[in-house]
Amino acid sequence: MKSFSGNVLFLDRSDINTDEIIPAKYLTEVERQKLKPYLLEDLKLAGFDPKRDLQEKRVVLSRANFGCGSSREHAPWALEANGIHVVVAESFARIFRQNMFNCGLLALELPADIVDGLFTAFAGRATRVDTDWQARQLTFRSGGDQRTVHFDLSDFDSDLVEAGGWVEYADSKY
Amino acid sequence: MGNTIAEKIFATHLVDTPASGVNVIRLDAVFCHEITTPGAILDLMARGKDRVFDPARIKAVIDHVTPAKDSKTATQGLILRQWARRHNIIDFFDIGRNGVCHALFPEKGFVRPGYTVIMGDSHTCTHGAFGAFAAGVGTTDLEVGILKGVCAFRSPETLKVEITGTMAPGVFAKDVILSLIGRIGVGGATNKVIEFGGPVVAAMDMEARMTLCNMAIEAGGTCGICAPDAVTVDYLWPFIAADYPNREAALAAYQRFNPDPDAHYVDTIVHDVSDLTPQVTFDYKPDQVKSVAEMAGAPVDQVYIGSCTNGRISDLRAAAKVLEGRRIADTVRAIVSPATPQVYQEALKEGLIEIFMDAGFCVTNPTCGACLGMSNGVLAEGEVCASTTNRNFYGRMGKGALVHLMSPATAAATAIEGVITNSPLFTDPQPA
Repeated sequence: MKSFSGNVLFLDRSDINTDEIIPAKYLTEVERQKLKPYLLEDLKLAGFDPKRDLQEKRVVLSRANFGCGSSREHAPWALEANGIHVVVAESFARIFRQNMFNCGLLALELPADIVDGLFTAFAGRATRVDTDWQARQLTFRSGGDQRTVHFDLSDFDSDLVEAGGWVEYADSKY
Repeated sequence: MGNTIAEKIFATHLVDTPASGVNVIRLDAVFCHEITTPGAILDLMARGKDRVFDPARIKAVIDHVTPAKDSKTATQGLILRQWARRHNIIDFFDIGRNGVCHALFPEKGFVRPGYTVIMGDSHTCTHGAFGAFAAGVGTTDLEVGILKGVCAFRSPETLKVEITGTMAPGVFAKDVILSLIGRIGVGGATNKVIEFGGPVVAAMDMEARMTLCNMAIEAGGTCGICAPDAVTVDYLWPFIAADYPNREAALAAYQRFNPDPDAHYVDTIVHDVSDLTPQVTFDYKPDQVKSVAEMAGAPVDQVYIGSCTNGRISDLRAAAKVLEGRRIADTVRAIVSPATPQVYQEALKEGLIEIFMDAGFCVTNPTCGACLGMSNGVLAEGEVCASTTNRNFYGRMGKGALVHLMSPATAAATAIEGVITNSPLFTDPQPA
């Protein structure tokens, strides 16, 4: 399994689409690592500067309908190329969410009030998340403040993450 | 309790339920293009699994950037071309025979009622117009589809959309779907299949139904589905005539996928289009929709007519009807991209290409190109495009550019005036 802990990037907006995560003009790359410099290049979010704000970030926290739009798996690949293996949001677009788990990455849904509470408590501060896979818990920490939240995963999603993705799982089973 | 169309299709294709609510289904068709498939091919090769489940059920096309614009896109085409040859994939459409996938594959008769289809392209939902379950997926799902002929989906919850009333002249399927997305929002159908029905859908031809289903994903929908009927059978008849004694028999066979009267829907929306006027998007999300009248006078730099949403022959006919005998404004450049070679040839025969060129349009070969800012009409920063495509996302057709989505008739009228305007085909049902 991949590492699911690290510093948090706060993207305080709903409906962030996959064109914003990785613009189509970069889909001519067939090597995933080459997507790294272009992550979130076209994100429409006041004050956001990908070059500055992506430094050392490992976990994204966002709002509703994250990853809507195109089916491009280049969106999870571009996140992974930057060391981001977890996106936590109120909700996800179907294809993006499936793509994350198919790659062995986490797309975790939390209730809107909990996401809101996390933004209120931590946004704008250097914040770290530690993920306890067995206990299904995320612990957000900044300075002396700490908040632990529980997440749910289906057995199927959990199997995909533990198997490292869908290809080996499906080829052995079907 | 009865079943929806999607539930019936899932029941006939179920392979496994690896967890509660997760269905692994057998696929009737796996569609491929050169942007999302090479990653799957290379990964299969790296894993020592360079196999395909059934070459006859895999269809492939180079459509996003064609002809290739540089070495990278040429390589993507090469990977797909060599793979198709290696695995004897007969239905591979190379340059000259290629068109926008969601226009080309229906035209070839590759989609049938009751089919399950995936493609590494979010607008795969278009094919639901034929009463199929067709869903966009990522490269890994595509890869497993190619290898094993299966895909996993959550149990399909269905949102029923009954489209009622009578459309005014000059109002099109594009206006209907834009108004619906404006109503339910970009996440309004997430994780749901949209089942389109009602008298307006029944009266639509297949091309209009494809426009409708094409943008189901813009509301987050897994698939848009129209129940198969006589219109579906008539469209498919050249491809299925050998399989059925007559059209009635084909219809009877297909209608086993029709929803039961007591089917369960998560929600039912009645969308009355009697007062609907031509629609246009105004910002960067497809649910930010206004009437063309409200947006009238907004200047544009480029007009684009094409794509899997509105690049079919009926779309070109509607635009040409507006353009005939007229010239586009000096301040505007306009591009038309017939979605397939067949559309292009038919437009030539009907004199539509001449009308477009006389009006001052650039006519390109069939390609997705400009719709996603990859080629053939990319915008500069700060420019504005009136477009018949499906996404107005920030940066979609060019970094820092703005896209207004609209019907081909509205786009043609906008090209003539240089500013957003209603087409002369439109007669307001409730004039002010």
